[in-house]
Amino acid sequence: MGLRRVAIVGAGMTKFMRRALETGRELSWQAASMALESCELTLDDVDGVVIGTGPDCFDGVHMKGEYLSDGCGAWQKPVMRGYVGGGTGVFSPIQGWYHVASGLFDVVLVVAEEKMSSCHPHPQGAFLTIFDNMLERPLEPNLIWIFALEMQRYMAAYGVSKRDIALVSVKNKRNALDHPCAQVAEDITVDDVLNSEVMVWPVNRLDVSPVSDGAAAVVLAAEHVAKRVTDKPVWIDGVGWHLDTAYWTNRDLYYPKYVEYAARMAYRMAGITEPRKQINVVEPYDPFSYKELHHLEGLLLCDKGEAPQLTADGVTQRNGDLPVCPSGGLMGVGNPIAASGLMKVSEIFWQLRGEAGKRQVPGKPTTGLAQAWGDLMQVGTVVVLRI
Amino acid sequence: MPDRVAIVGVGHTQFRATSPGVSYKELMFEAATRAYADADLDPRRDIDSFVCCSEDFSEGTSIFDEYVPDQIGAALRPVHTISGDGLQGLAAAHMQILTGAFDVVAVEAHSKTSNILTPHHVLALALDPVFVRSLGAHPHFVAGLEMSRYLAESGTSREQCGQVVAKNRGNALFNDAAAYAADLEAEDVLQGEPAFWPLSRLDISAPADGAVVVVLASEARARALDVEPIWISGVGWCSDSFALDSREWGTAAYARLAAEQAYRQAGISNPRREIGFAEVDDTFSYKELQHLEALGVFRPGHAGLATEEGATQLDGEFPVNPSGGSLGVGHLGEANGLQKVVEVVRQLREEAGPRQIPDVEMGLAQSWRGVPTATGAVVILSRE
Repeated sequence: MGLRRVAIVGAGMTKFMRRALETGRELSWQAASMALESCELTLDDVDGVVIGTGPDCFDGVHMKGEYLSDGCGAWQKPVMRGYVGGGTGVFSPIQGWYHVASGLFDVVLVVAEEKMSSCHPHPQGAFLTIFDNMLERPLEPNLIWIFALEMQRYMAAYGVSKRDIALVSVKNKRNALDHPCAQVAEDITVDDVLNSEVMVWPVNRLDVSPVSDGAAAVVLAAEHVAKRVTDKPVWIDGVGWHLDTAYWTNRDLYYPKYVEYAARMAYRMAGITEPRKQINVVEPYDPFSYKELHHLEGLLLCDKGEAPQLTADGVTQRNGDLPVCPSGGLMGVGNPIAASGLMKVSEIFWQLRGEAGKRQVPGKPTTGLAQAWGDLMQVGTVVVLRI
Repeated sequence: MPDRVAIVGVGHTQFRATSPGVSYKELMFEAATRAYADADLDPRRDIDSFVCCSEDFSEGTSIFDEYVPDQIGAALRPVHTISGDGLQGLAAAHMQILTGAFDVVAVEAHSKTSNILTPHHVLALALDPVFVRSLGAHPHFVAGLEMSRYLAESGTSREQCGQVVAKNRGNALFNDAAAYAADLEAEDVLQGEPAFWPLSRLDISAPADGAVVVVLASEARARALDVEPIWISGVGWCSDSFALDSREWGTAAYARLAAEQAYRQAGISNPRREIGFAEVDDTFSYKELQHLEALGVFRPGHAGLATEEGATQLDGEFPVNPSGGSLGVGHLGEANGLQKVVEVVRQLREEAGPRQIPDVEMGLAQSWRGVPTATGAVVILSRE
């Protein structure tokens, strides 16, 4: 399409943890400075900053982007905070992409942060305020309820069992054993998942990602800068995002159409016509175990209802034909909301550069995809990366 | 890569102190419908992407982007929010089009402040949670301190600030969308109820409800439409330090840096001569003067004098806030910047009716996100 090429040239992240002693601004700076050091750039090289962070109600800080800006290295720089709920972590590099692709910026620092532990007694309370204030809030719904509805609909549509879905938890938590920043890496069995506490049927505790604090950052550069900074630039070749109607109760939840639309947008931009053949490694959003399956289908990486079989056959293992969440995903590394999306983008960056260490997938992957999801089961954000 | 981006449609509601009959969704719908009609575009067919500007706490809803798509025709389309002012949203849309991947992008911002019983309690949550919020003060104290510093550094008088209020609320008499038009003298402002010294109650813009939508298009697309395109010549935005103890107080560094970015793109070296008029942030009276100096329209310490001499009046050498500004129109939260953009577009299209400035070719709109932030944006618009 003749678009200006944009590359990721550096990445960094903090450990993901339940209760960080650092403030959100400190977490942001840890990730930002690590990303800058990884490509030997400094703040003086940065033309603009993009901040990704989730609901202000976690921290109780109004205009949280302003609060975080110093920590994100944005002092006296053009800085913007884009926001699409849980989709924000993968949206923030998309926003960085359009900064650079516009021709107005050469180097953009993208920082995603989340500090959920400030919310007492539990950040689930913050999610009570995401619902429609007239139609839904009187019912006092929480997030796990609505995802339980979606999981149940997905199971019913295709006859998927809880055992099929539990395999995702087992795989991702095991993958995370090799991630130095992981919060809930574990070697567990399907029975462990099925025997864990029922949160809201059919969701058990080990089907859910944890509450986390953490930050991640990437450095984006225009082609002429990227080639000077690194001999392994990872190109952002496709981006896509779509937001569906707020009236989620009017939608059939068995299939994430908004993810498909976002994926098609990114595939079109990246010239991907056969995603199953052309994408070598993928980090779909997995805040709940069933979501990985749901999203693989939405991303057109398998037929509708086929993702559980792919998982059972081992195709999505790190050494399988289509490695899925080699990082360990949100189920294993943790889920500081915006930061976890950018962690997925960073994982693909490291995988394509062959720098993922013990997590490295075999076969020298050249094309990867990261995806996030959020709001009222409503938004899909997709980035396609190539080396 | 397209060279230029134009504004091809604007739409807004009336701005009113309260709007009990409609929800924020209805305000958004009205503004969007008007903007799409102005551009003669169908959102479901012709608009590639949508940017909405909002903050969760101002809406009383977390993850507010959930609730933006339906009423602006954007469901199941590329939509994202900017937690920022409408001008930052416009900058985002501008960049999207410059990539070459999008032809038409709509930007929305709104205010429904009348729903908030005690807005200053919400605003207090924006203060640093450890070092400042614990003082328990109304956040406007930051503006009082800043005004003191600005008056001392620049030699500006309270009288001159009062003249800003008189001018802007007077201009609003010619703007039927404005909520706070009034015929005032500077002396009335000085005698107003003391608020956050040296601010009197009348130095502070009052909140209003309303929504604004602006539609942007690539040059090729804009030329194919049956509208007069208003070109975006330059956009800049910037944040100084969030921390009250490490930012500049006397001058508005964020506005200076944002303007430098915009002027560089637009090739402007002498803004006062090259730009015909401006809509600048006047959330507080002194801010108009401080911002005009940061924008390089007047030398430091001279904006007050210029105001006194009438240079910024509707018929002056460099009219400022012909719409009435936030003091006259009402403070629209994240929609302030877009309201200013609409006024600049109307002036350049010669659609401003009784407040039309004759023979203007280029105008500037500038926004500030209000206390306690040090964030602002600038856009330069032109007919050619």
